[in-house]
Formats: sequence, C-alpha cells, structure tokens
Amino acid sequence: MRGSIDVSIDLCKGCAVCIAACPTGVIALSSAVNGKGYNYAAAVNPDKCTGCTNCAIVCPDAVITVYRTKV
Amino acid sequence: MDLSAINNETNKVYGKSKLLFDKVMHFCPGCSHGTIHKLIAETVEELGIQEHTIGVSPVGCAVLAYDYIDIDWQEAAHGRAPALATATKRLLPDKYVFTYQGDGDLASIGTGEIIHACNRGENITVIFVNNAIYGMTGGQMAPTTLDGMKTSTTPAGRSHITSGFPMKIADMLALLPGVAYVTRQSVDTPAAVRKAKKAMIKAFKSQELKRGTSFIEFVATCPSGWKMTPVEANRWMRENMFQTFPPGDIKDLI
Repeated sequence: MRGSIDVSIDLCKGCAVCIAACPTGVIALSSAVNGKGYNYAAAVNPDKCTGCTNCAIVCPDAVITVYRTKV
Repeated sequence: MDLSAINNETNKVYGKSKLLFDKVMHFCPGCSHGTIHKLIAETVEELGIQEHTIGVSPVGCAVLAYDYIDIDWQEAAHGRAPALATATKRLLPDKYVFTYQGDGDLASIGTGEIIHACNRGENITVIFVNNAIYGMTGGQMAPTTLDGMKTSTTPAGRSHITSGFPMKIADMLALLPGVAYVTRQSVDTPAAVRKAKKAMIKAFKSQELKRGTSFIEFVATCPSGWKMTPVEANRWMRENMFQTFPPGDIKDLI
C-alpha cells in the first residue's frame, strides 16, 4: 500500500494531534507558518505513508485528505 | 512513485465531510469540539439524514455549531437545549433531533432540563461534551471538574469539602428508566474516534426505534483552559479524567 496526505495549509492550526496519531512518523510541524501564524502540519517523510487515515481521523479541523493506492 | 499520481479522487480514502461548511471553526487548536463536530457531520452524512436532522446548539464554546454543520439548527437558552429538543421532537416526530451541550451547559445551569427530559424518555439524542471546565469564559471550575484540579476559580485545586465532587451525569442518567442508551466516549486517538462514531450512529438510529433517550458523553480536552499543548492535554485526560469518567457503555437497551 502506498499512501499520501494532502494538508490544507491555510486551515491547519498546528495542534500536532496528527503527529501523535501517525504510526510511521510521516508528519511534523513545518518551520514556516501559515496565514494565521501557525506552524502547520506537513508530510516530511511522505514515502513512509501507508494511507491509514489515522491523522485525518483525529484532526479537529478536518484539514487532512488521505489518498491510498496499491502499488 | 510520484505523489501527484496518487492524489486523485479515485484513490481518496478520507476527506472532509460534505456536511461541514468551509468556514474555519473558531475552536482553539486541538480542541475536542472540532473532532466531535466532524463526527456528527460524518454520522448524518453516512445515515443520509441531512434533510431530516435538527440540532439544538448550546451556550458555551459550541454555541456556533450551526455555522459549521449543514443541517437545520436551533439555538437554545443556556442549559435549555433538552427542553427545546423535546418540543421539536414532539412536533416533528419523524425528524432526528439531537442536542449538543458542554458540561457548563448540561451539568450546571441545565441539570434540571436534562434530568427531566431523560426521565420523560424523550426520543432524542444528547451529545454531552465534558471537558471538566468552563472553556468559553476563561477556564472556571465546572460541576465536572476533578477533585484537586486547578482552574482559574480554584487556583489551589478543587476541594470536595467546599465545592463537592465531580458530577457523574452519565451514571446518574443511566438510572432513569426512560433512557435507552448511555455511553462514554473520547476522541483522543484514532481508535477512540472510530469507536465514538459507531456509538453516535447507534444513538441516532435508536431514534428510529423509539426506544427513549440516547446519551453520549464525550470525555474531552480543553487545551487552552487546562494550559497544556493538545497532545499533553490528551495524555492528561487519559491519566486523570478516565479514572473518574471511564469510557465505555453504561447502559444499552437498544
């Protein structure tokens, strides 16, 4: 399985709950900030993503979309 | 493999519910309210009852719930959501009616309303978000605040000698014969969120069966009020709140 996440950067509040939920360490907070001044969630290890949807499920602001495909 | 090859509609496995408006929620980063709003939107979407659902929003942090979920809403006076939901359900018995209330709303000023609505066995769903604090007004002590927990009005920690014990609303309501389903859930981990969604679907469906009141308590966090990061707040909740408010079904007559 190969997964991928798409974060709506402008809507992310940088709460980091997704980082704790990711089993493979794909996500980290970016050093850059978005329009609201938050360090947003970003896929820093995109190759490790399995598309398990854990990050998106716990996201309080529904900013993560998850894609998955068989390779 | 190129990511752009994966990111398309065919491979999409999870995204924002269509019932959630594009408007950014006003909740603080990491607030459980956002996740619970999302669960309501997903539940209503999955059951296909968008045109038949009426929510009653509370006074408190969730007061603007009607701005975020695309269903019919009413706004109740502080604590009076179960009374308004009673009237709505009796007049429109085919609609799915639910209240969304925090602990300052349901467990304090609205204690009378919720107990009597449940005692009458009103065929409604009650979503109770318990974060043990008054979030909106600045983190004051709520009836559900834990013994010894520091808040802005109990800087030395709540003392049961002067302020009583944390009120176990869900356990109290489970004793009433009119109540069909009482469960306590949380939204701190992916597994907990998945479980909570099943509970919410069950609670909404119990209205079809006309079994009585269905009540879901969410043990929730208030990272701003607790003065913690969202991840710390989730941990603190598991270590402390779960002792007084353990997750799980309390009553199930469905």
